[in-house]
Amino acid sequence: MTSVQSAAASRPAAGSGSFLLTLMKLRTFIALFAVIIFFSLFAPNFLSTANMVLMSKHATQNAFLAIGMTFVIITGGIDLSVGSIVGLCGMVAGGLILHGIALPLGYTMYFNIFEVGLIVILVGILIGVVNGLLITRLNVAPFIATLGTLYVARGMALLYSDGQTLPNLVGKESLGNTGYGYLGSGTILGLPVSVWMLIVVALGAAYFGRFVPLGRHIFAVGGNERASRMSGIRVNSVKMFVYMFSGFCAAIVGLVISSELMAAHPATGTNLELNAIAAAVLGGTSMSGGRGTIGGTIIGALVIGILSDGLVMMGVSSFWQMVIKGLVIIVAVVVDQAQRKMQQRVTLMQLAKSE
Amino acid sequence: METAEAEHDVILELRDITKVYSGIVAVKKANLKLRRGAVNVLVGENGAGKSTLMRIIAGVEQPTLGEIWMDGRKIELGSPADAVRHGIGIVFQELNLFGNLSVAENIFATREITRGLMGIDHKAQVARANEFLNRLEAGISADTLAEDLPIGQQQLVEIARAVSLNTKILIMDEPTSALSAAEVDVLFRVIRELKAQGVAIVYISHRLEELMTIGDYITVLKDGQITGHAKVKDVDTRWIVRSMIGSDAKDFAKSVDHQMGEEIFRVEDMVLPRAHGGMAVDHVSLSVRKGEILGIYGLMGAGRSELFECIMGRHAHARGRVFIEGREVKARDTTRRIRHGLALIPEDRQREGLVQSMSIADNLSMASLGRFVKWGFHISTALERSAIGAAIKSLSIKARNPDLEVTSMSGGNQQKVVIGKALMTGPKVLLMDEPSRGIDVGAKADVFRTMRWLAGEGLAVLFSTSDLEEVMALSDRIAVMSNGRLVTVLDRADATEDKVIAASAEGHKTKRISA
Repeated sequence: MTSVQSAAASRPAAGSGSFLLTLMKLRTFIALFAVIIFFSLFAPNFLSTANMVLMSKHATQNAFLAIGMTFVIITGGIDLSVGSIVGLCGMVAGGLILHGIALPLGYTMYFNIFEVGLIVILVGILIGVVNGLLITRLNVAPFIATLGTLYVARGMALLYSDGQTLPNLVGKESLGNTGYGYLGSGTILGLPVSVWMLIVVALGAAYFGRFVPLGRHIFAVGGNERASRMSGIRVNSVKMFVYMFSGFCAAIVGLVISSELMAAHPATGTNLELNAIAAAVLGGTSMSGGRGTIGGTIIGALVIGILSDGLVMMGVSSFWQMVIKGLVIIVAVVVDQAQRKMQQRVTLMQLAKSE
Repeated sequence: METAEAEHDVILELRDITKVYSGIVAVKKANLKLRRGAVNVLVGENGAGKSTLMRIIAGVEQPTLGEIWMDGRKIELGSPADAVRHGIGIVFQELNLFGNLSVAENIFATREITRGLMGIDHKAQVARANEFLNRLEAGISADTLAEDLPIGQQQLVEIARAVSLNTKILIMDEPTSALSAAEVDVLFRVIRELKAQGVAIVYISHRLEELMTIGDYITVLKDGQITGHAKVKDVDTRWIVRSMIGSDAKDFAKSVDHQMGEEIFRVEDMVLPRAHGGMAVDHVSLSVRKGEILGIYGLMGAGRSELFECIMGRHAHARGRVFIEGREVKARDTTRRIRHGLALIPEDRQREGLVQSMSIADNLSMASLGRFVKWGFHISTALERSAIGAAIKSLSIKARNPDLEVTSMSGGNQQKVVIGKALMTGPKVLLMDEPSRGIDVGAKADVFRTMRWLAGEGLAVLFSTSDLEEVMALSDRIAVMSNGRLVTVLDRADATEDKVIAASAEGHKTKRISA
């Protein structure tokens, strides 16, 4: 009888604590609804279909990068090179369509659009391989390794065309490489192709992190690398994979952006890596590794995307936009820390009660 | 208490000190008197509470209950800075040097010699530091980086720092564990000098012969309680061992009668060189039969953990051959050795056993996800869940909800999760490195029962320990390691505590003579 009473008495206290905890866990959702409601009240035409499609396209680019970044950050690393990979991959796509590959026998080889996409994605993965090898084999800190490839990739993109834009990527009927614009401007059932691709990649990544051994190992490696090694997890393979996947995601963004503009500019994607990191962190990914979800990251990318587009529609100056974006990120991380502290207290209390 | 001890008056007194960590009582109502101008020795088995007691005196930890009196006044030691103000210095067991700073900078950390606004006077610091180092005959130049020194010399730097503090009480927690015989002699000479200056030395060590040489007063701790206090000249090693081990036996599960099978595991000629010369594992060969429990006894640094790590393929430069069921395991990496049927429960549960950010369930299954895979890549949740449930049940892990974080459990249950993780890989040979370290008495009994049960199931179990009682009670055979060498392997029937202790000092003896 007494035990029943004490359990009943302790429930309200624990209940209010866990309510606050649930509220904090759902903070990204709450932030998303907050920005949507705010802008639908204060920004004209915010809720129009045209604007929604436009915003989803913008958020998509960041979301792709952020998915790759999430896995990298969960292993305890960072990938600063993704913005440059976007630029370089756009240039490679443009170059392949306009100029093809010149073979030594004075013969130039052209590829169809599908093959171009495939080659570009391989280029992105290849840079991921370089990042991974630097980090696993040569023990370079991820920050430095990817900072290096950031410069190298950007430099190569600029060298490719001597800093010029590759314009007019329509291709030639005779070469069979037309139709590049489909990726950036095509729609399926009213939604842009790039958004469909994001849905596929995001679902795939979420499934991978939950139901595939390699995906689960990403979380173990980030949580405790030594324990993972001791448990027989191939830590180096896991790390190689996350950087390759991040390169893959960046390559897709390179394709999407250049296809949308039907032109490739070597400076495309500058600073995108920072947006991707912001989206991942906003979505609850822990910079110290071990924690994060793909779903959270997507919502984080949406919040950042809607915030910047909404502020533009309201006519807020771009300088203020930067200030606001920065504040949102800081608040997100502060709340994240507070949540973790509270979570620890709750688990300690549970432990004390069970002892 | 009166005339005989008048020359050594009490400088610091602990009264009824109790320290409780989450779920475990580390020190229970300890009363300890430290005497001026004398070496106060503290001994006890691993986990007896020596280090906790010293951390309380050094201000690193605060007692849950009890009082500290110094020179007849009650004092509060709220932080290490408080302790330093009261003239208490400590040389920790784990090295606490800043590897990226020079030796001089380490010695003068937090009380740098400055020239007003001109900043730190590095020259003066180096000169002063060299004085202290020369007094220790360390042969270290004060401007080298701390991380460039071998462990033994780092230990000397740590001692030099403590000496330079002009302390009234100097605590040394296993100061000789990394020192050579010659360095130990120098240390003892410095200790005698300090003693003559009226410093109270607190000396903690596992090496009994050392205690008899240097000690004046001895206090024995067991399971957090003080079980003996005497003058060193009145006692012998036998008395110390008896006080350390005590008469009340721990609850070792009754041995299950089972047949031992054929040899299942063999190591041949395992060698692991140390980074600074010498051998961490020195040509070790041993074999274990199916259903057998082999206890590996040895002091700290005897090479037990290193041997296990070599077997698991953690050291690329280790040489030696490993056989399972008579076939040599050619694979040299941990992943494939686990697949061949080896599994390790690491000594350091927090750093090498658990992934703190994951749930109990994810920790259990992380090493064996490949076993639940369908269609080549998909983890079947049903298979995984049932295996996790089975592990929780068979090890009687107290987990109300396997999806809670693993850190929400007590130490003993966390240890069982690490054991469960290893068992889920389906091992034939289980290596357990100090499986009872840092868990309370009840949980220990549980772990021992599990070991018996696993051996009964036909696993070969190798476990390492520095607890004499444990190795005597649990093992079918006892292997004794000392200084990297396997000194002897005894059958349980032939093994006596004296024999085991004698063997565990073997490796150090030869070194002493040659030095």
